Amino acid sequence: MPTKIEKDSLTGKTTTGHEWDGIKELNTPLPKWWLYILYATIAWSAVWALLYPSFPGLSGHFRGLTGWTQRQAIVEQMASARAEQAPFLDRIRAASLEEVRQNPELLAYAIAGGRVAFADNCAACHGSGGQGAVGGFPALVDDDWIWGGTLEDIHFTIVHGIRNAQSEEARVSQMPAYGGVLSRAQINDVAEFVLSLTDRATDAAAARRGEEVYAENCVSCHGEKGEGVRAVGGPALNDAIWLYGGTKAQIVAQITNPRMGVMPAWGGRLDEATIKMLAVYVHTFGGGE
Amino acid sequence: MTMEAPTRARPAEAQQSPQGSLYAKHVKVYPARVTGRFRYAKWLFLVFALFVYYVTPWIRWPRPGSAPDQFLLVDLAGRRFYLGPVVIWQDELYFVTGLLILAAVALFLVTSLFGRVWCGYACPQTVWTDLYLWVERRIEGDRNARMRLDQGPRDGAYWTKKLAKHAVWLVIAAATGGAFVLYFGDAPTMLREILTGRAGSWTYAFLGILTFTTYALAGWAREQVCTYMCPWPRFQAAMLDENSLVVSYRAWRGEPRGKHKQGEPWEGRGDCVDCRQCVNVCPTGIDIRDGQQLECIGCGLCIDACDQIMDKVGRPRGLIALDTLTHLQKAEAAACAVPPGPARVALGDAATAERRLIRPRTIIYAGVLAAVSLAMLVAFAMRSTTELAVLRDRAPVFIALADGTIRNNFTVKVWNKGYGEPTYRLVVEGLPGATVAVVGAPEERPVVATRADGVATHRVHVTAAHGARLSESTPVTFVLKDEAGRTVVSTASVFLAPKR
Repeated sequence: MPTKIEKDSLTGKTTTGHEWDGIKELNTPLPKWWLYILYATIAWSAVWALLYPSFPGLSGHFRGLTGWTQRQAIVEQMASARAEQAPFLDRIRAASLEEVRQNPELLAYAIAGGRVAFADNCAACHGSGGQGAVGGFPALVDDDWIWGGTLEDIHFTIVHGIRNAQSEEARVSQMPAYGGVLSRAQINDVAEFVLSLTDRATDAAAARRGEEVYAENCVSCHGEKGEGVRAVGGPALNDAIWLYGGTKAQIVAQITNPRMGVMPAWGGRLDEATIKMLAVYVHTFGGGE
Repeated sequence: MTMEAPTRARPAEAQQSPQGSLYAKHVKVYPARVTGRFRYAKWLFLVFALFVYYVTPWIRWPRPGSAPDQFLLVDLAGRRFYLGPVVIWQDELYFVTGLLILAAVALFLVTSLFGRVWCGYACPQTVWTDLYLWVERRIEGDRNARMRLDQGPRDGAYWTKKLAKHAVWLVIAAATGGAFVLYFGDAPTMLREILTGRAGSWTYAFLGILTFTTYALAGWAREQVCTYMCPWPRFQAAMLDENSLVVSYRAWRGEPRGKHKQGEPWEGRGDCVDCRQCVNVCPTGIDIRDGQQLECIGCGLCIDACDQIMDKVGRPRGLIALDTLTHLQKAEAAACAVPPGPARVALGDAATAERRLIRPRTIIYAGVLAAVSLAMLVAFAMRSTTELAVLRDRAPVFIALADGTIRNNFTVKVWNKGYGEPTYRLVVEGLPGATVAVVGAPEERPVVATRADGVATHRVHVTAAHGARLSESTPVTFVLKDEAGRTVVSTASVFLAPKR
């Protein structure tokens, strides 16, 4: 409360009585309605507290007369977003993969939708941009496809997966472990031959010897010149792309005791439109055929 | 600086609170009707401003395709600002910012030259308050009639007049809010929707808010908006100096004031006859004779009122005038040499003949105004309606293909602010022999389609020539070329390759 109200000689106004180190404040009264507006906002805050979730209780909280919750609001927003997506997804479901790719509107939608689905489901193995990782996670951005890189091939691979127990149509290839079949010297020779396919052989004589071993054991799956055989999922050995690494030691290891990756079948886990968008999206990485 | 401290207790002090209270009952102001130069200018500007405000949304401006046909339109959903032939996108919002900066500097300049002309003439609060006062005067009569009405009995006539006044006010308020929302949508469509109850809830919300604020601020709050709410009177003092023209009472000429009967001599007294006309016409209810004060909005109506009185009593006009503090001080110094009376008036007038409008402050404000205007003009003239943005893929940064060639993937966005849909050839310079493929283009050829009044996004694969010796990072330029091979727009990026 003001203590000492004085009349200021210069202005003729009274002071508020507040004083700080000799500095006094003139009383310039505000109109009363200004104060009433403050009271009105306080009253409104009470109304607000009644309408919306506000007061904490011992078990839970007061839920407000409107029953509004942030959780419910987000559910409604998601529902309305899904409703907006529905016509596009219906069109994608109805269209063939090639039609989606040819239609700029659907293509843009598939890329946007595919990007999200890819990040959620595929990026863990194939990398955030489809770059893959050496050690069994195939890159999707390059032009080397073990099981084919057309839209249809990619779609089939996503739906059924690879070497899994979920889908009867899963793509399966099985490379025998040659550790118990071939001698160490033979394995060394055939590795030299494989290196020679990309002009990297270190021992020409061993490579020549290896050619025979290759012709007897490997040709049916990897092709005469190491070009790979897609029908059985035999990877190409004559290019710069190596799923398990392309050094001699890595090649020897893979011949001796091959590793083979597994990809789940997404057919039952993702809906048809999402899988189609994924196929189109992966195809736009640039390696698509 | 600058502002004279009030020399006398103001009538507003009648508003003084009971001892100790920080709040006081508001004392209603009843501005009287006045005629004269300043009032005329104020009417002219009022009509002009209201005309512009209400008519602008209705001006049509045909644009091709599905683009709106409204001359001035703020399209919030589409994030476009339409002004005649100019369409500003959200990424060019700096033009709007520039306009606001221009407006602010222009306001500073005008204030430093002529005082608060914005407050007195152009501010929406002033314009609508003036309009509301005009309605009030037409229905309830002039100052004295209104005061009598408010103090008189609450009879039928009282309620009829009040009801009529508030009804008209509300209609004006609704028209104000209604016109405001029309700036944000197609005016004819919106008006039809508003009237038939089919407009969106946001439209009604803003219409309601604007209706309420217009009615409350122009009808009820009036001068209190300027006195208590508006920040501008608080810091405009920084623009004013001793050479700014402000509405001033020439105390050296008016004092000592007092009643004057016809035929009495003017020797030995001031020109002010203390008729209080200047107070009666003041829209903020102050006495200008107390000196420059925060409440004064610089409208000059007191000048009109005083000039009329001076004409009547046969003294020269200009007892209250647009004058500068320098003049007032000079005149006071010169005039004090002689006793009050006509001789003093002549002496004081002679001392204040010249005016100093050009001074460092106004030169700087004008310079800033010119510089900002020029910068905006240049920016606007160099504005392109086609823009190109290139975003490199970050994972992976490059791709090694089966034969060892290196590819980089990009996302290319083409802004097309026109209404045609040209197709451009996409050329990547700086990488001899490289191939460019655009996903979705026929046969993946390096052509990019555009979207009229929109942004087209393309996935682009750039593959270096087989066996090309590449450094880790090669600067490249993406160029859009039209059919004639002319460069439309280009932007720089880099092509990345593995370490050799």
